[in-house]
Amino acid sequence: MAEEKKLFRVIVDNIPVDVEPGTTILQAARLIGGEVAPPAMCYYTKLKGSGGKCRTCLVEVSKGSTADPRPMPKLVASCRTTVMEGMEVKNITSPRVIDARNGVVEFLLLNHPLDCPICDQAGECHLQDLSYEHGKEATRYEFGKRTFEKHDLGPHIQLHMTRCILCYRCVYVADQVSEGRAHGILSRGDHSEIATYIEKSLDSDFIGNVIDVCPVGALTDKTFRFKNRVWFTKPSDAHRHCDKCCGKVTLWQRGEDVLRVTARKDQWGEVEDWICDDCRFVHKKASDWIIEGPTQVNRHSVISQGHYVGMRKPKETISEVMGGRAPKLLMDIHSVSEVNKPDVDLGALPGPATSAVFNKEKS
Amino acid sequence: MQALTNRVKVLDQKPLTFKERLYLPAIFSGMLITFSHLFKKKATINYPEQKRPFSPVFRGLHILNRDEEGRERCTACGLCAVSCPAEAITMESAERQKGEEGLYREEKYAAKYEINMLRCIFCGLCEEACPKDAIYLTETFAPANYSRKSFIYGKPDLLIPDPTKEPEAFAKAQGGIKAHKEKVR
Repeated sequence: MAEEKKLFRVIVDNIPVDVEPGTTILQAARLIGGEVAPPAMCYYTKLKGSGGKCRTCLVEVSKGSTADPRPMPKLVASCRTTVMEGMEVKNITSPRVIDARNGVVEFLLLNHPLDCPICDQAGECHLQDLSYEHGKEATRYEFGKRTFEKHDLGPHIQLHMTRCILCYRCVYVADQVSEGRAHGILSRGDHSEIATYIEKSLDSDFIGNVIDVCPVGALTDKTFRFKNRVWFTKPSDAHRHCDKCCGKVTLWQRGEDVLRVTARKDQWGEVEDWICDDCRFVHKKASDWIIEGPTQVNRHSVISQGHYVGMRKPKETISEVMGGRAPKLLMDIHSVSEVNKPDVDLGALPGPATSAVFNKEKS
Repeated sequence: MQALTNRVKVLDQKPLTFKERLYLPAIFSGMLITFSHLFKKKATINYPEQKRPFSPVFRGLHILNRDEEGRERCTACGLCAVSCPAEAITMESAERQKGEEGLYREEKYAAKYEINMLRCIFCGLCEEACPKDAIYLTETFAPANYSRKSFIYGKPDLLIPDPTKEPEAFAKAQGGIKAHKEKVR
């Protein structure tokens, strides 16, 4: 019989949990779930070597282990610290942690342009959530923020370097998920930026996953750029037969138009399965997909607005009364409204809509 | 039965007295009341010429604001639409192209913007939600009309005049916003 694995008992915020040796504090806290799990901006379970950069997951270790019960002198990054037997961790119960995290959030926002009204990530942005959770939605920084020369990353991926928090997730994705990395971090310190050095587009397969792993709006989908706000699109689980990837995705639809395709994400905002660029960027028709049903959205998320879950539609009685004939509608919505014209298919546009798209329709 | 309140009035159903049966005194006293109103302060005003003052928090028709250079402030962030309890606001956004920098303040702008005044409840939440200082409720009523279409207000109806072309009309519209802000504060 196989040797029974010894489990470490860890206490996170007074809640005990048994985990295997080698687990990080963050993973142990995520096993408990809820508010106990520290936020993570750079750590990604599916990417080897990620974590330890953003410092938002700092926790206090008030007791090192049963063998050595001394507390750790400084706050530690929970994503990179492994648990010990009898370790006691304080996350939200420690004022030191809360204070440090507030500071970290403010530092992350130091050079952030705060252009959420324009950013396509708004509504599903981890930095936005984090800053609102810590009451740091406004900046105290009075000086000029760092800016960068614009880099073009090809027809599918839009880079906004000013929004980047340098979490390195996209670099790990290019290394570990797609073949051949073409981008990386150039320069040092304040000048560090994501770029391809020589203007080179990112076109290896699976590179579109950098969009999903990006915790902020630095890497966004060019095929979705400015098409609509995230919370006005309806997410639904869908799949198709794909020989490159699992083909399981979330479709973001407006009416019948598929505006965006992303991988499915779990409760920690991490991708369940990587999807290929074909599925993400090319197949933008509802007929390409087998739709399984609406995605479960956390009701605290803005994306759940306007989703009338469990709504019962009243029965249409007019056709019954009229002997099976449908009522003749005298008003067509498109005759009074200029918005969402049927002849403008936003989902089919390769990039953002421009004035030409809307003016052409007028003439 | 015990009365629930003390406002109960017992109906007097005695037969009319001789004076009441005479009828004319009551008629004349009534006409006297009507006549006396000729010399009292009028309760009405001559509406189009005279207007009643609005309350400082009055919320009427919306306008879309411009900045001093005449660029549209709205970036189609959708916060007004998401905050709208009546779901009256819809929009479509587009990317600003080279050469349009004088028209739109930011990289993204509202190519189409519509408020359905039939749905709007004039709650002012859009004004509160706007992060770009772009939408305001003015002291104007939505005019009456016969067709539904005239109540769907698009961008041409909502945008205030361009300061580079019509500086006076712009100043008037801006002054309205400024006065409104000060009064509310």
